[in-house]
Amino acid sequence: MDETVAEYIRRTVLKIPRDEIKMMLQEWGFLSEAQLQTLNFHQIKDNISQEVVQLCEENSADIKQAAALDIIYNHIYQNKRMWSVYQMKKSGEELEYFDITDFKKKFKRRLRSALKNVTITFKEYEDNAIWIRVAWGTPHKKPNQYKPSYVVYHSQTPYVFISSSVLKSTLPLLCQALIVASNYHDIREMELRSHSLNSLKDIVFKRYSQNFQTDTPKPLQGGNVEPENADIRIVEENKSEKERIHRLNQEVFGSGPQPKLEFAQYRLETMFKSDPKMDVLDKKEPFRCLVKFSSPHLLESLKSLAPAGMADAPLSPLLTCIPHKARNYFKIREKKSLYPESFVSP
Amino acid sequence: HLATSLPLPSERDHLRPRIDLVVFMIDIRSKYSLKNVETSLAYVDASYFLGKVCFLVTGVGRKNDCSIETNSICKLGEAYCSPVLFCELELEGVRVATAQRLVRMLGICAGHIPGVSALSFVSLMRKSNDD
Repeated sequence: MDETVAEYIRRTVLKIPRDEIKMMLQEWGFLSEAQLQTLNFHQIKDNISQEVVQLCEENSADIKQAAALDIIYNHIYQNKRMWSVYQMKKSGEELEYFDITDFKKKFKRRLRSALKNVTITFKEYEDNAIWIRVAWGTPHKKPNQYKPSYVVYHSQTPYVFISSSVLKSTLPLLCQALIVASNYHDIREMELRSHSLNSLKDIVFKRYSQNFQTDTPKPLQGGNVEPENADIRIVEENKSEKERIHRLNQEVFGSGPQPKLEFAQYRLETMFKSDPKMDVLDKKEPFRCLVKFSSPHLLESLKSLAPAGMADAPLSPLLTCIPHKARNYFKIREKKSLYPESFVSP
Repeated sequence: HLATSLPLPSERDHLRPRIDLVVFMIDIRSKYSLKNVETSLAYVDASYFLGKVCFLVTGVGRKNDCSIETNSICKLGEAYCSPVLFCELELEGVRVATAQRLVRMLGICAGHIPGVSALSFVSLMRKSNDD
């Protein structure tokens, strides 16, 4: 077995938490059940990984199998990576039957024609997700297995989720191969990024609960807002205001859990508006400013701002439009018209 | 009666009993909280500031999360001649002790304790070097 393959397998196993190693090796299926029985999972990880490498040596593992193990690890720990969303466009309205074998063949052929040294691995999952792992090399060097790109493609949709390699130059090649293989003619990056792959899917596939305006909104009973308030000696003076905020929040955010995003970034290219007497920035140039909101769960925290009394309801549409517009990176420019308001660029 | 700000909603005026003590709660982690209290103070009748107003600062247990300087709160207390209490709501012992203090103050403000009135608080507010 190649030394680089052995080292790669060893390092991959080391990344896995000790309690999960057995399960992941079983899912991998490369080592037989009998071989797995010989492993002692109660020793330190260093030793476990050495033993795994030994067994892989016996089975003559090559880079393909090692890459398969890496996909399994990254599928389970998908939230460790940062994912970007891309949307593909078809030229016509033809509904073509999707053939997975044809897709894989075209993808590999397109990549290999541009770059000989690549490792390409596919894995299909039950939710119609096709996971692709690509390790990139150069005409003179073997692929770097430690900086691969990952692609998740749901064939029934025009969306692709990419966790790109730190090797930036590989991205155009990857996009090219994707549109060729899937019979689309164009691909563009959406301004939507997050660590939570499932939340990105929820947003673009519209799987989160959105509140649709109904003709007869349900009247809110006071009891629904504060169920813990059992002591009748406590009187809420602002109950109607609390109910108004709750109702507005429901309208904007819906009642279900929000998709998990960590950032919202607003790049401002607007003019600085100050008191003319202050004479700040007399040059009429756009004031470049970047506003970034970060949170472990941005949308849930925005949802709880008004009920917590930290912001007025309704919140700015710039914040609340995030899931509907499927973007969390915005550019705000000055509107060049009679009404000097800023507007959000597409 | 709990309120998020003053003035109180007028539609409940007829349901409200006499107000004997107003406690302004300031969360030391939120500048918005202090601003809200400062705005609401304008809606309190001057006669309340003779011992029937008190400031309660919460969230003091977490030193790293302070957004407001205790100095500015103490100055606020001095400006309005009202006592400032500090407490951490998340610690049960402190919470209970503070509640007991407030109830005792409320009893005095409501006139339930013979011989002591809310004005006593005002005299306690004067610094010893003022005399």
